[in-house]
Amino acid sequence: MKSPMKMLAPAPAGPPPALVAEPRPGGAQRAAELLQRQGVLAVLVLLCVISSVVFSSFGTLDNARGIAIQGSFLAVVALGMTLVIVTGGIDLSVGSVFALGGVLAAWASQYGFVPALLVPLAVCGAIGAVNGLLVAKAGMAPFIVTLASLLGARGLLLALTHEGATTYLVPRGSAFHELGAGTVWGFGYPVLIALALFGLGGVVLQRTSFGQALFAVGGSGDAALLMGLPVARTKVLVYTLSGLLAGFAGALNAARLSSGVTIIGVGMELDAISAVVIGGTLLVGGAGSVSGTLWGVLLLGVIQNLINQIGSLDSSYQSVVSGGFLIVVVVAQRYLSGARRGT
Amino acid sequence: MAPPEAAAARSAPPGPGGPPGGAPPAPVLEAAGVGKRFPGVVALDDVSFTLRAGEIHALVGENGAGKSTLIKILTGVHRPDEGELRLAGEPVVFHRPHEAQQAGISTIYQEVNLVPLMSVARNVFLGREPKNRLGLIDFRRMHEETAALLGGFGITTDPRRPLHTLGVGTRQMVALARAVSVRARVVVMDEPTSSLEPREVETLFGVMRDLHARGISLVYVSHRMDELYRICDRVTVLRDGRVVHTGDLAGTDRVRLVSLMLGREMARVRAEGATSFGEQRDPAAQPVLTASGLTRRHVLDGVGLSLRPGEVLGLGGLLGSGRSETAKALAGALPLDGGEITVGGRRLSRLSSAAAIRAGISLLPEDRKAEGIVPGLSVRENIVLAALPRLTRFGFVSRRRQDRVVDIFMKRLRIKAASPEQKVGELSGGNQQKVLLARWLCLEPRVLLLDEPTRGIDVGAKAEVQTLIDELAAEGLAVLLISSELEELVEGADRIVVLHAGSVAGELTGDDVTEGALLTVLARSAPDAPAEPAVPAEPAEPAEPAALPQPEGAKEPR
Repeated sequence: MKSPMKMLAPAPAGPPPALVAEPRPGGAQRAAELLQRQGVLAVLVLLCVISSVVFSSFGTLDNARGIAIQGSFLAVVALGMTLVIVTGGIDLSVGSVFALGGVLAAWASQYGFVPALLVPLAVCGAIGAVNGLLVAKAGMAPFIVTLASLLGARGLLLALTHEGATTYLVPRGSAFHELGAGTVWGFGYPVLIALALFGLGGVVLQRTSFGQALFAVGGSGDAALLMGLPVARTKVLVYTLSGLLAGFAGALNAARLSSGVTIIGVGMELDAISAVVIGGTLLVGGAGSVSGTLWGVLLLGVIQNLINQIGSLDSSYQSVVSGGFLIVVVVAQRYLSGARRGT
Repeated sequence: MAPPEAAAARSAPPGPGGPPGGAPPAPVLEAAGVGKRFPGVVALDDVSFTLRAGEIHALVGENGAGKSTLIKILTGVHRPDEGELRLAGEPVVFHRPHEAQQAGISTIYQEVNLVPLMSVARNVFLGREPKNRLGLIDFRRMHEETAALLGGFGITTDPRRPLHTLGVGTRQMVALARAVSVRARVVVMDEPTSSLEPREVETLFGVMRDLHARGISLVYVSHRMDELYRICDRVTVLRDGRVVHTGDLAGTDRVRLVSLMLGREMARVRAEGATSFGEQRDPAAQPVLTASGLTRRHVLDGVGLSLRPGEVLGLGGLLGSGRSETAKALAGALPLDGGEITVGGRRLSRLSSAAAIRAGISLLPEDRKAEGIVPGLSVRENIVLAALPRLTRFGFVSRRRQDRVVDIFMKRLRIKAASPEQKVGELSGGNQQKVLLARWLCLEPRVLLLDEPTRGIDVGAKAEVQTLIDELAAEGLAVLLISSELEELVEGADRIVVLHAGSVAGELTGDDVTEGALLTVLARSAPDAPAEPAVPAEPAEPAEPAALPQPEGAKEPR
């Protein structure tokens, strides 16, 4: 793997004093910007090309389908996380909410397709909305608020399943079961749904006023307020969206597994945050993209897949590699944003 | 989601044309008897402010006079506790900045309030982006309109560039573009020129005249006197949260304006002389501290001064002249580009807070809440904080020695607290200030730098602190005293160095230490806009240092 650090150009000197015409940013600044935006994609492509050469089983369509379906649930969760992190917040509750969404969907699937989707969406959306209200209106720290709902959602889940003793099953042959099991060209529905959501998420983030408000809130909350943006409403909405997406991902996962599994989703919030940060979204907010997150999710998936390919390596090492990669990315981001500011 | 106000995004000229004729212009925006309290402070007290249609109204006052609070009330950031706002005669209440903007009041804040990571165009149109038929943001139109808007100000830059890659002046212009591209009836500008280059100031004035011609009313806050006289029609002077003067600018001369801001009546100023306060110290004594050529880009420009033991040196100057920065530089708390500080004949090789403290320099900062006091800790803990290394043996802090030191200083400085264990946050402002003073005196300094030591404390405590300063000097300490209050400066100091735009503009010694003399130097050196000779608002002054080429110093980082 080629370290992105190698590609770093030396930081240019400070910009000349502003006169009437602003000079174009230097080449190094632009390169740094491009790297920050598309660096993950480059690494991902490179890794895939090398892996296909080294491991004959990597480059197959089946393997690609596997990576895609494995990653699709995390992708949906990470999409919501991206929006939250762009506002400078964080949502630690998504792992628990994901699991809760799955159990609710499995339980409600006995009443049909629509309840199986609506029940988890309603409950998880409500949890997200409460997160948002506490953050935006009560001014509490997102870390604390969502840590509390992480615990709360997990507790609710355990209560619903009688401490995990009861497992709700999705009826075989039901439409909801088909949602998880069906495929198009061998790619599972969840993959297609995740892609569609990312397309939608990209449009929302880049091409709507709401998306611009997310960037503004994360970039400078005070400025956003003084410019008359609905800062509180934006925050409530973004945590609600995150809850909805996590719950929806959980429901999809339940459909695929045909049951509401209680032990999943532990630590998923950290995977989601890793994917978002690897994807080039600044943890402090104000800059980021959903496409980067998609590449981040895929990169994590590919790393896991590769470690599985190397049979001799314990799969636990996946976390070690991902963790190491995260550090590299964060360090690179630091240097890149320095280069971009011309400091 | 923000309501789509695409219509307002058009850069079409705003509708209402002001009546340029001789008829008495109706008020566009009025604040009637507005009061605003913050915990422990009365920020505004019965302030009435009237902005007429099509005028440029200057709002001036020293730091803490209430300008910012008034602006924040006019623009919906704060709501008044008393009184009301009237927009074109109708009472209005703004709950949020957004509502004020909807009502046609747009604002350019002193510190550019834009989002640095977003592009120029996105910043200009944030919250009112032009949309295409699908309801999505039309970036092409947004970029074109931004380029056109900025082009109107003589600025060519790629609207796609992230804002943080632009210079500060250009950013200010982007803020201006944003403010005027809304259909504004009123534009409020809070010190817009403090970060502008001379050419940009001209551009800004051009835009302001253009807005003026279109009948838009402007509120203009600045402490650069000649700018006010060049561009403004009327002036309102605030002091201590009250309006002390409103009137035509043309009929108010410059010295009078300064004396209104500082609260000294000319007649009294001229009549009063030096008081019994400042006895002569031995002028031949060897200086304990000498500083020369203290320089920091945009802030200090070669400040030099010396302090003798037993002397109180006053540091005067208007807001933004570099008073606090000089004190910070002496205390090693402000990184310098150049300059030399000598203490007791030995030159400080590395300028850091630790080195300054070791050399015996202590600074009592201006903002005691943010930079000094730890409200949650007790009086004892606050006092010994800086002295801990000296009271420590083998890593253990001797409680007995602490108590002894604390006891001495509480008595000597007459700190009124229930016990040494009372939390400092519960004490009055004056006693908090004394606790801070005690903290630094524990270190047995040779030089004490006091930045506004009596600000925000009541009259009685003020007198006590002033007496203490005198006592300390009498004991042989060299004291640097910064104060916005002329009276305090003149009565407390033996000598006064006046700063202007980050360099020394004058020095008063001996019998010259009078309010009249100080006021004259201050008025002469009142910050000027760059590259423009002072207007003839001031008659017979030999104003040689008035047109300094360095305009940067005009903002005061807090």
